Amino acid sequence: MSSSATIDAAIEFRNASYRLAGGQTILDHLQLEIRSGETLVLLGRSGSGKTTALKLINRLLEPSAGEVRVEGRSTLAWDPIRLRRRIGYVIQDAGLFPHFTVERNTALVPHLENWEPQKIRQRVEEMLRLVGLEPNQFSPRYPHELSGGQRQRVGVARALAADPPMLLMDEPFGALDPLTRKEIQREFQALQRRLAKTIVFVTHDMREALLLGTRIALLDAGRLVGVYSPDEFQQTADPAAAAYVAAFRAGEEP
Amino acid sequence: MSFLDFLHGLFQYFSRHRIEIFSSTLEHAWLVGITMALAVAIGLPLGILVTRRPWLNKPILGSANVAETIPSLALFGFLLPVPWLGDRADRLAITALTLYALLPIIRNTAAGIAGVDPAVREAARGMGMTNRQLLWQVELPLSLSYIVAGVRVATVLTIGIATIAAAIGAGGLGEFIFRGLAMVNNQLIFAGAIPAAVMALVADYLLGWLERRLRYART
Repeated sequence: MSSSATIDAAIEFRNASYRLAGGQTILDHLQLEIRSGETLVLLGRSGSGKTTALKLINRLLEPSAGEVRVEGRSTLAWDPIRLRRRIGYVIQDAGLFPHFTVERNTALVPHLENWEPQKIRQRVEEMLRLVGLEPNQFSPRYPHELSGGQRQRVGVARALAADPPMLLMDEPFGALDPLTRKEIQREFQALQRRLAKTIVFVTHDMREALLLGTRIALLDAGRLVGVYSPDEFQQTADPAAAAYVAAFRAGEEP
Repeated sequence: MSFLDFLHGLFQYFSRHRIEIFSSTLEHAWLVGITMALAVAIGLPLGILVTRRPWLNKPILGSANVAETIPSLALFGFLLPVPWLGDRADRLAITALTLYALLPIIRNTAAGIAGVDPAVREAARGMGMTNRQLLWQVELPLSLSYIVAGVRVATVLTIGIATIAAAIGAGGLGEFIFRGLAMVNNQLIFAGAIPAAVMALVADYLLGWLERRLRYART
């Protein structure tokens, strides 16, 4: 039943639309494949539908028309809990639990999956090291005792803890100051190469998109403008993409 | 009679009737304790329900609000002819007191859960928590200080209103007050009012302490 294209597509949007109850269209017939192991950046302005597209993948939202397939199966056919535990999720404000220590925050999904305590502890240490936090120092701390950059690192560690094959990241570095952002982006780049996960990364920052994306999907007002490699994106004649590049060159954030 | 004489007389009255006052205080505390246990057992689930089924918000909070507006003496009177309830004074009193105690508990539970940071809730759902896990591991722990604040308000309220339960013969510290009013005897009134006030202050302090302990640091 599956065409050759679906075999290496980890995630596939098939004419997926999302409309609000009031009839407003947020996402309009999105047709997009995300290949296994790549980092696909969903780039666009606020209101372009990029976060909505992301939430359709882990079924925090369900498509009004069309479908979204994860590993060849419609998200509606997945048990949403199983689906979400296979997909790491990082959001802008990190969304760490304020009443959990760094250790318990990181251990969230392994804990939900009933791993053995010993295995969880090892995994947490490994993950904290991976994101550059010394486990002995940071494990017992609470989120309010961390800087913004440290919180975001814990957010990434938490998303990776159960070793999900896919990772969704919704402007994960958007709230950080420029220097911290640059530093954490560079580290994330190294992490990407090491882990080879399928990553869908939402941002409005073109520099970030060019730095981290294997491919860039540009969204505008709920429609897909095009999918480009980073090099193509900077040279494309497509008006919407060109406008993005021009605004960026002029030094503004579009 | 000077104020000092009055104080002296009051002191003498208290020491002479200490056993009677003590047992009434216990009776009062028992009424309040049972009432609060029932009010939490009913109010907490209702408060949670309101956040899960928003259309129930108006009927549930509305009814609790209406119960709150009925004058307490009248509410005791209304419940008197109800079968089973009206059979025993303490049963009747506890029912009426529970109705009063519900509103602050329901309201604070619902407000506490609604006040959980949306980013935290979204992360929890996105990580694959079930609704039950979200409630028990995230929403309730983060609302605990609000819930205790509701219990605190309800407890202080109940300690006061429970004095009126003596009017229907349910006992408690109100008996001194009613007897004092009938006999125009201030010492008797104080024998009921002072322990009730002390009880309210102590409950307020202890629950306030608990509330602060349970408040989590917001990021």
